[in-house]
Amino acid sequence: MSVKQLPKWNEMAIGGVIANPGNSLEYKTGDWKVLMPVIDQEKCTRCRICWYVCPDSAILELDKSYITKKGRTYKVTYDVNYDFCKGCGMCAQECPVKAIDMVPVEVA
Amino acid sequence: MTMIEIRWHGRGGQGAVTASEVIASASILEGKYALAFPEFGAERRGAPVRAYTRITDSPLIPRTPVERPDVVVILDRSLVRRDYIEGLKEGGIIVANVPLKPQELLDKLGLAGQYKAATVDATSVALKWLKANIVNTAILGALIRSTGIVRLDTVLEVIKSRFHGKIADVNVMAVKDAYDSTQLSWG
Amino acid sequence: MEELKTRRPIPLSTNYAIAYAARDLDVDVVSAYPITPQTTVVEKVSEFVANGELDAAFIHVESEHSALSAAIAAALTGARAFTATASQGLALMHEMLHIASGLRAPVVMSVAMRSLSAPISIWNDQSDIFNARDAGWVIMFVHTAQEAYDTVIQAYRIAEDPSVLLPVMVAYDGYVMSHTTEPVVVEGRESVMKFAPKRQYPYRLDPDRPVTIGAIVPPEYYYEIKYQQVKAMEGALPKVDEVDREFGKAFGRSYGVMECYMCEGAEALIMANASYAATLKSLLPDAWKQGYKVGLLRLRLYRPFPLRQFVEYTSNVKSLLVVDRSISYGAPYQGPLANEIAGAKLKEDLGFNLISVVAGIGQRTMENEDFIALARLAWEGRTRKFPETVFYGVRE
Repeated sequence: MSVKQLPKWNEMAIGGVIANPGNSLEYKTGDWKVLMPVIDQEKCTRCRICWYVCPDSAILELDKSYITKKGRTYKVTYDVNYDFCKGCGMCAQECPVKAIDMVPVEVA
Repeated sequence: MTMIEIRWHGRGGQGAVTASEVIASASILEGKYALAFPEFGAERRGAPVRAYTRITDSPLIPRTPVERPDVVVILDRSLVRRDYIEGLKEGGIIVANVPLKPQELLDKLGLAGQYKAATVDATSVALKWLKANIVNTAILGALIRSTGIVRLDTVLEVIKSRFHGKIADVNVMAVKDAYDSTQLSWG
Repeated sequence: MEELKTRRPIPLSTNYAIAYAARDLDVDVVSAYPITPQTTVVEKVSEFVANGELDAAFIHVESEHSALSAAIAAALTGARAFTATASQGLALMHEMLHIASGLRAPVVMSVAMRSLSAPISIWNDQSDIFNARDAGWVIMFVHTAQEAYDTVIQAYRIAEDPSVLLPVMVAYDGYVMSHTTEPVVVEGRESVMKFAPKRQYPYRLDPDRPVTIGAIVPPEYYYEIKYQQVKAMEGALPKVDEVDREFGKAFGRSYGVMECYMCEGAEALIMANASYAATLKSLLPDAWKQGYKVGLLRLRLYRPFPLRQFVEYTSNVKSLLVVDRSISYGAPYQGPLANEIAGAKLKEDLGFNLISVVAGIGQRTMENEDFIALARLAWEGRTRKFPETVFYGVRE
């Protein structure tokens, strides 16, 4: 979008105030990444470390059960919110069982 | 009225600045326009200080040092010297804290016939009432007595509003005592 | 009006007059750090808070930077915030000056103008305020203690007006005004609050209506937000005039945004502010007696600059002497005010000869005869060019 199409000076709140709280959700930073994390649900032990370390809160802890091939049942599933994941790789780096792979983003 | 300009000479701690403000305050309460301001040095106890008061009936008053005073007030006897009288208008009044008769003071300064003088031993008055060499309120008594620029009552009112309790009482006594014991060269 | 005129003035210094104004404006937060020659403002305000005459949070801070930070934050929560400073204090606030105006915090600050170190000088000049002039604050100079009291009251009306929302500085000369006792009519809480009722910042910090204040702004938005300040400053000009007129109706005293004194028949003008303006008012009649038909152009509102009034007053004079009490080192004219008057002269195609004079640096004494000498210089300037800034009174 061209800068010229953005709001005019008198169409913006004064002083740079952001008057509509939570509007960072509208700013999707997911397209910044070059490598994207992919979680191997088989290897994942549900330790939650990726969820803790993600600087963008882009690891989702879903109320979705998963049964491994060996028959183990987990009540939660970890997934990545690719709209906000910037591909920093901290989750993959910190994962104690190496269940997260950083794979190149397909260029559309 | 023409402007009355007063120049105060004292030493830091004697209260020349406060005295200049008390006279201006009394004048203001009597409905006149007045300014009082010190010659702003870094005030240090014992250092020579100057202050100025200008009184008139117009709000247009210069905020410059008083170079040609109508009255020179000297609070410290070590400052009773000709150089502190400099610029005093012809026929002007010297109000000094000295244990001398006014004519003796004028003779000593070699200024007899040129100026009028009012003398008071403000140091003794201050030591008697305040038990300290803070002579400003005492010298105020001499200034009012010799010039009549403000009423004694108004000055006492200002002192009672600036000081409290016993401090106010002894300062009021010092003003009155000095007022009564001031001697004038003109009778 | 009759009743107003007969109200009894009381003796106050300009510092005290400002403290009384803060009291009568019922300020909610006072956040200040004492510095000579502003100290007695803070002392008096803290006394008012201590004895219950003013119900305010008095925040004791460790520096002026924090003083203004706290005042800004207070204003943004919707409180009426006041602070005061001088000299190094204003310099230390510099970063926060821009934040106050950028966040559009309606803080009012009094400044007892003082020189800047080094070398250390506690005395008066105007280096502090002229170093702060581009920080986006409304700046007003006052020339009497009464005007200081009145202008602080006006300042809140201006600052808190929804069409303005800019911080305001009320500046006066350190010592020569700050510590000078003079008559002041104090109007009291009731009538002052009637004139200047509290109006809250529209985006105040309020948990029920969450907003983000002070977020980073990328290049595609920052410029427009700064342009908002440009427009707010432009809009402040008629507002200052309007508030002053209304003040006149309410209290019987008004000042205008720029004052031309003894300008009738004057061929030359001296532009001065604060105590120099007061002194010139009292001495110009003497100058006229000596044949120097010189008027005083008193700068009251400095930012925004009242250009229309300036043009009106200067379009028919032959010379304009601008007195600066600070130095813009190495600038075309080395008096900062003269420098911008040169710009105004060019912009408006004015014909007067401009004389730039620097004086009173570090409170170098100016006696009555020195002011007459300035009038003479202004008079000579009608027929003589002064291409360089005159450093009046310097030993060279």
